[in-house]
Amino acid sequence: MAIEVRIPTILRTYTDGAKAVEGKGGTLDELIGDLDARHPGLRDRLVEGEGLRRFVNVYLNDEDVRFLGGLSTPVADGDTVTVLPAVAGG
Amino acid sequence: MLTITRDLVDRIIAHARADHPDEACGVIAGPAGSDRPTRFVAMTNAERSPTFYRFDSIEQLKVWREMDDRDEEPVVIYHSHTSTEAYPSRTDISYAMEPQAHYVLVSTREDLETDRLVVDGVEFRSYRILDGEVTEEEVRVVESYA
Repeated sequence: MAIEVRIPTILRTYTDGAKAVEGKGGTLDELIGDLDARHPGLRDRLVEGEGLRRFVNVYLNDEDVRFLGGLSTPVADGDTVTVLPAVAGG
Repeated sequence: MLTITRDLVDRIIAHARADHPDEACGVIAGPAGSDRPTRFVAMTNAERSPTFYRFDSIEQLKVWREMDDRDEEPVVIYHSHTSTEAYPSRTDISYAMEPQAHYVLVSTREDLETDRLVVDGVEFRSYRILDGEVTEEEVRVVESYA
């Protein structure tokens, strides 16, 4: 068992084109660290300083992690994490 | 060039007018790789602002999953400007993350003087935004796709 992470088109350059990759960790932060070890550069596209980048949406199953615990949100085997760039502008 | 049906243009315009003076936003999905917008989805502007828009994140997840399930992609991403021309702002350019999409901007501003397409008093323009570079494109309005 592992955690499935769904990657948006714009970040698939880091995953050799894969739409989804697998990782492990007890929190979202650990999961992203684990992914970055195999897909270097990915973390920097998701995280800025101590938190998630403002215009990247990360979901744990059906919920926006911003409303859970951000990077410290607990994750477990069998969860699905989805990354989507926010659609925003002025 | 963006080729789009009159019905879809009218729906974007109606949404922009209904939400004025706040910015309206949404997506038109179409079969992946077809470059043909077919399924209109009005989105909630989570910012409810006259100067900014952001798709509601939970709604976006639902709509993006539906597109995935149907083998669709966002062919058009639209939003309105309510007091300035229908041209991408600096923030529009820096947050544009869908290189295959047509970015449609409409303007519901009052002092409308433009040589671009105007429908029901609203300016309608389309762009490609790639790596920070904006290219305006021709808009062809058709009754139906041949």
